[in-house]
Amino acid sequence: MQYMFLIYNAEAEEPAPGSAEFDEMMQGYRAFTEEVREAGIMREGAPLEKVDTATTVRVRNGAASVVDGPFAETKEVLGGYYILDCANLDEATAYAAKIPTAAFGSIEVRPVMDM
Amino acid sequence: MPRAMDLTAQNAHGVISRVVREEWGRVLSALMSHCRDLDLAEDALQDALLEALKSWPVRGVPDVPRAWLLTTARRRAIDRIRRSTNFDKKRDQYELLLSLGDGPEEGEACQPIPDERLKLVFTCCHPALPEEARIALTLRTVCGLTTGEIARAFLVSEPTMAQRLVRAKRKIAAKNIPFQIPDEDLWAERLEAVLAVIYLIFNEGYVATSGSNLMREELCAEAIRLCGILKTLEPGEPEIQGLLALMLLSDARRPARSGAAGELVTLELQDRALWDRAKIKQGRTLLVGALVKGDIGPYQLQAAISAVHSEAQSFQATDWNEICLLYERLYALQPSPIVALNAGVARAFAEGPEAGLAALEDPALKEALQTYQPYHVALADMLGRSGKAEQAGEAYARAIQLTENEKERAHLKERWAALSVG
Repeated sequence: MQYMFLIYNAEAEEPAPGSAEFDEMMQGYRAFTEEVREAGIMREGAPLEKVDTATTVRVRNGAASVVDGPFAETKEVLGGYYILDCANLDEATAYAAKIPTAAFGSIEVRPVMDM
Repeated sequence: MPRAMDLTAQNAHGVISRVVREEWGRVLSALMSHCRDLDLAEDALQDALLEALKSWPVRGVPDVPRAWLLTTARRRAIDRIRRSTNFDKKRDQYELLLSLGDGPEEGEACQPIPDERLKLVFTCCHPALPEEARIALTLRTVCGLTTGEIARAFLVSEPTMAQRLVRAKRKIAAKNIPFQIPDEDLWAERLEAVLAVIYLIFNEGYVATSGSNLMREELCAEAIRLCGILKTLEPGEPEIQGLLALMLLSDARRPARSGAAGELVTLELQDRALWDRAKIKQGRTLLVGALVKGDIGPYQLQAAISAVHSEAQSFQATDWNEICLLYERLYALQPSPIVALNAGVARAFAEGPEAGLAALEDPALKEALQTYQPYHVALADMLGRSGKAEQAGEAYARAIQLTENEKERAHLKERWAALSVG
């Protein structure tokens, strides 16, 4: 069963690029990606650009409005995702706990709908 | 055909309900291990129950009701999959169920049915389910209570409870919560979650002060039964024994906990002759057996505190120093404000009300428990005992404000009034 791992982090609290903590986090991500690839369960995954690059689109009464920024001002923002094939929720949550951002942000684990 | 029990039309329903409740969790968990679909398993077992209601009064209760129910439910599960719209998705389960064959007919020797209830308990008490759902599901699937019974026990309507159960089962399926014993690295955490659910079920029945609601009393009995099952399945876990001991020791005091008008009688005023000595003995034996394992957890400590109370001839003769020491150990494991409150109350009895007051008036504790009714009751009591009538009155007013139960409000008002007289 496929689960999507939505990686939420507070950008302000994230280690700054160039710091030792940042390098450690990136090393953690490389190790995690390597692990799920080797386990043969990696389907997709990517980091996202910072939330200030987001554009929100809504269509109302047939007219599209395009605005800068995210839908709502929240402290934790989506920073990246993985889609992994896991046997069950316990396996999925065990992987989620290994994602480096889990240590300071949060990982939302959602089943991918079987269409 | 041998008949284990003769059934007349009058008692048939009662006997069948009892047998089914005894066997429900066992049969349902066995079905789950074949079809991995709680909804399907439950529906199939419900079908089997309806068949039992028709067949058993005529043919007698089978020798091994469990085997009869499992075989019948398996057949019904096969029928249900055949008829279902997503047959293709269920082909694996279907083939597995078919391969199991029809199972033994009545009277034939049957294969022992593996006990899978532990897996079912871990599924139902999974932390990815909301707490209310865990409680309801466990009572429904493991204990075999009907939706109506659970609804009555939790004072909600039957459709509300049915809805809660449906949502919970959908969640299990959608999230793919596993039907398995957790791995070693998850074991301690998950066992704790299971024990918490059992203790919540017990407390739901225990805290209710109205003695008239039989269904709520039954919750205590169900929690004890469930914990007993768990103990049989996992005899090496001292915290399971600790929780069972704690519940038995608490339940032993039930007959003394409410007065003639159904009002709550506090430990201090209880008639100790009413305590159930057999339950106390059972609880103490279990506790001793757990403690010697040398892996002492919060339930064992709470049971030990309860055991000290159960030994005392009177409230005054209680070994309060021992109770203080046990609360200190409990606080070391579980540093919660509620444990601190209880420790403070125990100190008041061991060393005098001033010592207790000093503990209770700790600003951090006061802040943490400002809306917790028992805190204000204890504070009022201690202030009263220290001769600070005015402050005690304020605390009683706050406690009454926070009390929902009418009988308890009356009781607190009486205590407040007694204060100004004395």
